[in-house]
Amino acid sequence: MSDKQYKLTFCDGSGCLKNQAREFRRVFEEELQRQQLQQNVQMHLSGCLGMCGKGPILIVNPGYIMYGHLRLEDASEIVREHLVNGRPVSRLIIQEDHLYNRFFRIFGDSEFFGRQMRIALRNCGVIDPEKIDDYLAMRGYEALAKVLTEMTPQQVIEEVKKSGLRGRGGAGFPTGLKWEYTAKQSDPEKYVICNADEGDPGAFMDRSAIEGDPHTVLEGMIIGGYAIGSRQGIIYIRAEYPLAVQRLKKAIEDARREGFLGERILGTDFSFDIRICLGAGAFVCGEETALIYSIEGARGMPRPRPPYPSVSGLFGKPTLINNVETWANIPVIIIDGADWFSRIGTATSKGTKVFALAGKVRNTGLVETPMGTTLRDIVFGIGGGIPNGKKFKAVQTGGPSGGCLPEQYLDTQIDYESLAKAGSIMGSGGMIVIDEDSCMVRMARFFVEFTQDESCGKCTPCREGTKRMLEILTRITRGQGRPGDIEKLERLGTMIQKASLCGLGQSAPNPVLSTLRNFREEYEEHIHQKKCRSHECTALLTYVVQDNCVGCGACKRVCPVNAVSGNRKEKHTIDPKLCIKCGQCYDACKFNAIAKV
Amino acid sequence: MTQVQTEKLQTLREAMQAARNDAHPESYLIGILHKVQEIFGYLPREMMDEVAQTLEIPTAHIWGVATFYHYFNLEPIGRYVVSVCMGTACYVKGAAGVLETLKKELGVEVGKTTSDGLFTLQEARCLGACGIAPVMMIGEKIYGQLDSKKTIDIINQYRKAAAEEKSAVGAEARRGKP
Repeated sequence: MSDKQYKLTFCDGSGCLKNQAREFRRVFEEELQRQQLQQNVQMHLSGCLGMCGKGPILIVNPGYIMYGHLRLEDASEIVREHLVNGRPVSRLIIQEDHLYNRFFRIFGDSEFFGRQMRIALRNCGVIDPEKIDDYLAMRGYEALAKVLTEMTPQQVIEEVKKSGLRGRGGAGFPTGLKWEYTAKQSDPEKYVICNADEGDPGAFMDRSAIEGDPHTVLEGMIIGGYAIGSRQGIIYIRAEYPLAVQRLKKAIEDARREGFLGERILGTDFSFDIRICLGAGAFVCGEETALIYSIEGARGMPRPRPPYPSVSGLFGKPTLINNVETWANIPVIIIDGADWFSRIGTATSKGTKVFALAGKVRNTGLVETPMGTTLRDIVFGIGGGIPNGKKFKAVQTGGPSGGCLPEQYLDTQIDYESLAKAGSIMGSGGMIVIDEDSCMVRMARFFVEFTQDESCGKCTPCREGTKRMLEILTRITRGQGRPGDIEKLERLGTMIQKASLCGLGQSAPNPVLSTLRNFREEYEEHIHQKKCRSHECTALLTYVVQDNCVGCGACKRVCPVNAVSGNRKEKHTIDPKLCIKCGQCYDACKFNAIAKV
Repeated sequence: MTQVQTEKLQTLREAMQAARNDAHPESYLIGILHKVQEIFGYLPREMMDEVAQTLEIPTAHIWGVATFYHYFNLEPIGRYVVSVCMGTACYVKGAAGVLETLKKELGVEVGKTTSDGLFTLQEARCLGACGIAPVMMIGEKIYGQLDSKKTIDIINQYRKAAAEEKSAVGAEARRGKP
């Protein structure tokens, strides 16, 4: 790395030369001398870039900012504003240069990143999240400046509406409409909330987005505050994410210092500030009314809606709540425009979605792709498929509120409607890949155990119903399943869905109902044949020594209950009556001579 | 009251002062409980009363809140809190095995503290480190891609560090004697 602050590349192709490229460069160099900046910049020439219609062209790094149609008098403005003040001159930037392109230019070579399209996560990995200057170099806070100087609140709302952006927290409510409803309220005291209570097990989109680019969330919130007429924003974030909290605190301080937060932002009449509220480990607080109670210092228990928070939210005032990823999209929509944004995605779902890809897949991590990408593209394309030669069984989306989709749904195009039609949900973006080693009954039991524990206890169907479902599922995995259990689970599940107050209860049975629909045979095997095909339910398996046993005695030595017998160099046997199925013999055998049946 | 306790109480009182100046002091309650836990390691009964009096919120309400949220400990905890992630990705990659290993190795059940006061074993909801599942967190440090051997090695590192610290302190104390 050079110690120069900026690296400038001037296109020296014949197309640009026809448009006074060399004269421009001369004027530019004079300007650098006048400002005594020669030491800070490194200048390069490039051959023809091929964008001859827009010459002369200058590229400024860091940030890959591409200026075009340059005239001699533009040189001093670029030097003064961009190189001295760190504010790229937006009117000269080539407009096809969308914000998301930076990421692609840097990481596009890698197969994992090259197939993605990063809008919300555009700066993650590109900038130093603790340096506001890095964010500014990526045209950070330019959207805020544009909104405050060129747009009325109503125009901002129209732009967000036109973009087609829908809530990324899971439910997919049109963001612009939510803004409009909140803006319409006449109460002078209003609040803006960022929901960063990412509680879904298996999801880490919001954590990474905040850790990688905290300012974009702040910028989105400030724009939201301007649009609805609020002075106060609150970020409700999990206490389990200390690094994200620390970065947010730093970002808020820096933004205040630079005049993007606080009184009279950027010299306008608009004032807005943001504070952080920590969660304390309650999944239900991701539900908006519960979240509001939690900020108010109470137990996070949902209440019936209406009234919606847009009418009566925090402290009884109109409140606009959006999820981290939703906020991160806002600056891009403002800068690149709703028209551009709405070209990405499907008919009903615009833009991109971030997924936390994890589980039995080669490339785990964060994946942002346009809506309409198929599950197969993500799991087998970007994700690289299943490791260790195992067979794909299902992909679980939407966390404890979602469902498990088997092979036949892999070509489903991801958007809110098609995932719902397939029997799962978009959710906040958790995507867990499951291979043949996982038992679907246990998977369902895992999620019900989670929701049962996280149920706030307010509604009987959710509190008692999930408990009964958990008991039945536990019995089944222990080999004590009874005929009629499946029907009972279905009846209970439907009842809980219909009779619960909030999203947690209404969606709690989804993992069970979706596995019952797509993997019913596994439930039946557990109940009727007392068999678990993935050998995960220990109560339903037997360890058997096979003929390739060499009689080394390793299994006999580790068995804690002396269930293994046999002479040295002879095939051993396991007494199923004594065996407690701890699996130590299986792990100890170097010859793979012990099988689970 | 010892010097240390007085200082701790002072820190807490300062934190509460800021909340009292706000238009909605009750909205700082969870933040203050975090502060109590940060200072004392758990939420002692007397401190709840202290918070109740300062913020003018009934103690019953505060206890209602403290018991509702998983993050708050109502009992003293060990020096190192070992939280095993029970998120979906960790579950699929064998978190249950890691938890079993820890239960055996530490000789305690989930939620309990070892008799030497060194470790408290806890289950965590998703720690958000799904890419390197299965994971556990000790203090604020995350350990990923665990198997039972790696888990035990990590625990032993902490034991060793604690023992070395103890013997260093002991040596110092002996040197200090005339």
